Amino acid sequence: MTALLDVRDLQVSFTLRRAGAMPWQKPAVLHAVNGVSFSVKAGETLGIVGESGCGKSTLARAIIQLVPATGQAVWKGKTDLLALTPSQMQPLRSQIQMVFQDPLASLNPRMTVGRIIAEPLKTHHPHLPSAEVRARVQLMMDRVGLLPNQINRYPHEFSGGQCQRIGIARALICEPKLLICDEPVSALDVSIQAQVINLLSDLQRDLGLAMIFIAHDLSVVKHISDRVMVLYLGRMMEAASKDDLFAAPAHPYTQALLSSVPIPDPARARAKQAIPLLGDLPSPMAPPSGCVFRTRCPKATDICAAHRPEAKLGTHQTACHFA
Amino acid sequence: MILSPIDMTALAARLASLDEVAGRSLWADARARFMRNRAAVGGLIALVLITLFALTGELIAPWSYEEIDWAVMGKAAELGAPAMANGHYFGVDDLGRDMLARTAQGTRISLLVGIIGALISVVVGTLYGAIAGYVGGRTDQIMMRIVDILLAIPFMFVIILLLVMFGRSLFMLFLGIGLLSWLSMARIVRGQTLTLKGREFIEAARASGVPAPIIILRHIIPNLLGIVAVYATLLIPEMIVTESFISFLGLGVQEPLTSLGRLISEGAGTMRYGTIWQLAFPLFFFVATMFAFFFVGDGLRDALDPKDR
Repeated sequence: MTALLDVRDLQVSFTLRRAGAMPWQKPAVLHAVNGVSFSVKAGETLGIVGESGCGKSTLARAIIQLVPATGQAVWKGKTDLLALTPSQMQPLRSQIQMVFQDPLASLNPRMTVGRIIAEPLKTHHPHLPSAEVRARVQLMMDRVGLLPNQINRYPHEFSGGQCQRIGIARALICEPKLLICDEPVSALDVSIQAQVINLLSDLQRDLGLAMIFIAHDLSVVKHISDRVMVLYLGRMMEAASKDDLFAAPAHPYTQALLSSVPIPDPARARAKQAIPLLGDLPSPMAPPSGCVFRTRCPKATDICAAHRPEAKLGTHQTACHFA
Repeated sequence: MILSPIDMTALAARLASLDEVAGRSLWADARARFMRNRAAVGGLIALVLITLFALTGELIAPWSYEEIDWAVMGKAAELGAPAMANGHYFGVDDLGRDMLARTAQGTRISLLVGIIGALISVVVGTLYGAIAGYVGGRTDQIMMRIVDILLAIPFMFVIILLLVMFGRSLFMLFLGIGLLSWLSMARIVRGQTLTLKGREFIEAARASGVPAPIIILRHIIPNLLGIVAVYATLLIPEMIVTESFISFLGLGVQEPLTSLGRLISEGAGTMRYGTIWQLAFPLFFFVATMFAFFFVGDGLRDALDPKDR
């Protein structure tokens, strides 16, 4: 079975011009995402984790061409999304939708909920009669747990969790095949997080959606994902099925991440051996040579500085010399 | 398939039992805040009254604005004072023309200049600024450098040259003021667009494939309108002052048409002959209009302040 989305060697770089730099000076280049490869099958959830600034959101935005990227992102084994012109991309946009991090900021404050949810539908099916659009919007609102009679309300009249439901309704109204969730629950309360995550997994099961689920909360990722990919400084560190990754993390970074998850039991928490990560995230402008993680890795030796470890192919991929 | 027929009937039953809730838009909120602001509402009422006066003043006056009352001509100081008896409620000007009709007509021209100037600036400036800001990059650079260059030209000079070269006409005046008015609006709108552009709802619209012109019209401009409305109300008095200044210099509108600036200029010229009403009435309407617009602009700014949503 071919993957729904097959990303090969995705690279996103931004050129940064320092303030007051002369026009002939070479601008600095920031590699936000550097050679990341992964694939998503239909109906599967890929969780992407990593700390702030490791390129998670940029990766998501690159797939739907909100930021320019190089590499390949093959859709359904046929079309390379990154090679398409904007007009060729247009029909595919209804197939890949996105849910954003900040629920309220991702909704236009001047539009009613009905118009917000209907927007993708009207963009991709401009000839749909307005009664039909309205009926579909109300069904969708009901589906995501909003009262359909609130169709004329404005986003500021809803709570954060409800706003995120509106965002989900907007993403699903065109019946996409792939849903990219960019930290959809980070801005919500824990109790609301659970509701939204359960809604997402229900919808995924019912609609056969594939999801790319970005988060920095490991327990959330563990709950929803089939496969998990760990990013660090724009590079993939480890990718494996959820059970493999959480049971037997092979990369030192993944081990450190997992050991830092708080345990809601003081006795067990005291007994636990946390692997300390020293120092700060290096600047992405000047990433370390060789393995990008070596500056903070407890196992780092000379080989890590000299050679960048390539991820071994297979179901459990690890980019580490010692794995 | 998301929509199944079973859901449909269940939902239809539910919908029948529920009335739709009307939403309260940000505009409705802003209107309520504006209405609570006494000074702003007072300004708005004053503006309505001034507009009514500008439109109907000539109907009230027994004399038209160009008609010369030969009985008082040349004896304005003695016979032309405001009086009920001779039908000159605001008195007469130096030539014996009725001041009430002339003030109403002048107020109309001044309001027209202000509103047309503001309208040009709102339409041209908003579109120009929003396009420059949204497209960004080199387009933005070129578009904004054009604005910089135009702003660097001393505009009063250009308007005066235009009026001298092509003759004094209302059209030339509107053209000159229109040329001047949209520049700073374009700058303000562009700056606001840059901050809006990074917001997630714009990104969401781009991600779902909404074409750029529609994003600008549907997502960017409605979110800018608050600032545009405030700036436009503050721009109107500025336009009126510009027109008044040009008229004061003796350019601007042509006799027998007049404007507030021209009336003030004539009134100021004759005030030492004891005909203070020739200055007082146009000046009163001028100052009242300015104050009213400033109060309304202030009220709008408070009402549309994005900080307290």
